[in-house]
Amino acid sequence: MSTKAKLELDPAVIRTARSLARKAGSPVVKIAKTHTTVSVERAVLRLAGLSGADHEGVPWVNHLVDAVRGEVGLELGVTTPVFDALRRGEAADLLTLAQKSAAGSVSFHLPQGREAHAAQSLALRSVKPGIARIDKNRATRDRLIKRHGDPKQRPWIYLIVATGDIYEDIPQAQTAAREGADIIAVIRSTGQSLLDFVPEGATREGYAGTYATQENFRLMRAALDDVSKELGRYIRLVNYASGLCMPEIAALAGLERLDMMLNDSMYGILFRDINPIRTFVDQRFSRQIHARAGIIINTGEDNYLTTADAVDAAHTVTVSQLMNEYFAKEAGLQDWQLGLGHAFEISPEIPDSFRMELAQALLARQLFPKAPLKWMPPTKHMTGDVFRGYLLDGFFNLAGAMTSQDILLVGMMTEAVVTPFLSDRDLALQNVRYVLNAAGGLAEDFHPPRDGFIQSRARQVLSEAVDLLEKIVNDKGEPGSVPLLQAISDGTFGLMKRPADAGKGLDGVVKCAPGYDNPASTLLEAGTGK
Amino acid sequence: MNTRDTGSKILPDIIRPYGDTTGDGMVQVSFTLPIPHDKRAEGAALQLAAKMGLAPALLVHAKAMGSDFTFFIVYGSVSHLVDLREVVVIEREFAMLSAKDVNAAIKKRLRRKLVVVGACIGNDAHTVGIDAILNIKGFAGEKGLEYYSEIRVVNCGAQVQVPELVARARAEKADAVLVSQVVTQKDRHIHNTMTMSAAFREAYPAGKVPLLIVGGPRFEQGSEDALGVDRIFGKGTTPGEVASYLVHAMTQAGTQTGTEAMTNTKEQS
Repeated sequence: MSTKAKLELDPAVIRTARSLARKAGSPVVKIAKTHTTVSVERAVLRLAGLSGADHEGVPWVNHLVDAVRGEVGLELGVTTPVFDALRRGEAADLLTLAQKSAAGSVSFHLPQGREAHAAQSLALRSVKPGIARIDKNRATRDRLIKRHGDPKQRPWIYLIVATGDIYEDIPQAQTAAREGADIIAVIRSTGQSLLDFVPEGATREGYAGTYATQENFRLMRAALDDVSKELGRYIRLVNYASGLCMPEIAALAGLERLDMMLNDSMYGILFRDINPIRTFVDQRFSRQIHARAGIIINTGEDNYLTTADAVDAAHTVTVSQLMNEYFAKEAGLQDWQLGLGHAFEISPEIPDSFRMELAQALLARQLFPKAPLKWMPPTKHMTGDVFRGYLLDGFFNLAGAMTSQDILLVGMMTEAVVTPFLSDRDLALQNVRYVLNAAGGLAEDFHPPRDGFIQSRARQVLSEAVDLLEKIVNDKGEPGSVPLLQAISDGTFGLMKRPADAGKGLDGVVKCAPGYDNPASTLLEAGTGK
Repeated sequence: MNTRDTGSKILPDIIRPYGDTTGDGMVQVSFTLPIPHDKRAEGAALQLAAKMGLAPALLVHAKAMGSDFTFFIVYGSVSHLVDLREVVVIEREFAMLSAKDVNAAIKKRLRRKLVVVGACIGNDAHTVGIDAILNIKGFAGEKGLEYYSEIRVVNCGAQVQVPELVARARAEKADAVLVSQVVTQKDRHIHNTMTMSAAFREAYPAGKVPLLIVGGPRFEQGSEDALGVDRIFGKGTTPGEVASYLVHAMTQAGTQTGTEAMTNTKEQS
């Protein structure tokens, strides 16, 4: 990377920042390792091949997990009692067992000794094909990238499609790819993050987005495979592993060969009021799957800047990037899989706003030299004046080119006005193409002078980030409390106070008992697919 | 020509758009037609421009977008006249305020945080609406009420029973209660809302009932009195509108029963 010494940051400060992030994160990882959630357990059943839903749309995995939890609890994991029931001949297969359990005609036990061992080894054997399918998908992706090729330019061009109807999304996504998009994100229906189940089947009705379902994933991936072949360029597909069903959606993404997933460590807590423990447990498991599946995660630091001021709160973005990095690596993700996020959200009314954007973007570039950084366009200061918005997006694209960003979410001049018109998307892509064509190589020439405005600003943000991390690590509540959770509960991030014992999905969190078994985790932790 | 006086400047009643000369009527429009780009497409664009009242129309830009669509930019003089005397302005009964102004108004008037309790009542599990208004994530690019530093939000979530909601509102000393109703089968939303408002009137002394606000896509606008609530919000309502209304309602209560409101504040603090 040619950005090497551009900012002349003190390596000792960077090391301190990382070690503070580790210090803040590791007690949370300990909690994640000793808890499970209903959604983690449902994800394991999905990996074991259980899918489908009853006539009211309630998935069988929900029925089975609820039945087991009601009868014997989830403290030892769902699979041991489930596969014990299969061994005892309660049903011929998982689906029948789930159906019978929904009718209340199965009795679950907690097997002991040899019986427990036998149930666990059957569970492990049953989950293996699911993990094998994830491995196979990863190999297929590698093969297709080799055959069709990666985009010729960096940053990769990321476009959003969202009609609510998967059959409308497909031609729109294919058109976008033909117009130059390298990555297609299908935005989810509003409110899906708060559903405690994953809807089933191909869906044609969504609100401001399309539901994430296994069938929708499959349909879109197949359509993009067709267009990849046509264009001679592998088109990547993105969805959202967030909300109450994060682990299940991660599993479905692995099973259907999605390529990138939005997966932030704290977004759900802060912006959706999802219980912090639930989030961290779900996140760790989903990131283990992403690691295995070769999926690139995208983190959501842009959100901090939509609520807080992008100048005053710039360091919270850096802190969140460091936390996301720590949690991601702990879960097995590698540098090339960390699509850490940041955004162009400084008010254009402020003097030197563009210079500050450059400082922030270079800071991220230099702190995470090997990560495919995701650069997100202005939203907060898009007013409805589409002409001015088009210029702002041009400056955003220019900052992306000058600071060697990797994934560029294309800004729409109609942001905050309407769902983008076909022509808005076309104009936005022209904007990107012009800037990359005219100034794509500018990163090579752009060296902010020593101790100039940009270098100083970047150093200031980094040192504020270190201060905040120090504050978090030293945030002592009651004895035994976890500093990061305490900080979240005190409203340190994004102004929101989120206590660890409140929030949505709390009742789906279970503390693991000695002897807890999760065959998917066993396989995922045993080693990566590669 | 008839004219009208708006303050210091005299405005004519009849006006036309302004390009670079008074009365030139010049406008600029852009649109897409679902046909490939060729001579016929350009003719089609000019035909549309003529039907929109642009004469003469100047096609300044035409560009193919893929094989099936063409994008056009047209400049032209629009033949229509605007009669300012016929312009009817429908005003909201309250002014839209920024988050900063909302916070400042609450601070000034209440000298404490405004407490909002929200819920989906009955069997309704659709929290999309209430979450869009309350959660910091917000809706349509606007942050939810949680974002306002002077508003304390208690979101009770879905399927809250009416007595539970009343109890919570009392315990939290709610200034306003927001209820969302999406499910409308067999007029459930109406039934639930009336049950809710009746319960609040029963539980609170007269004049002390918190502001009752109901939102949902199928409420009839203007049926507040029939439902026993203070305000109905429909589809597409943003958090900013609700916050602005809260300030408006608070101010009105203040002017009508000023002393009483002040006493209340003192008792609560």
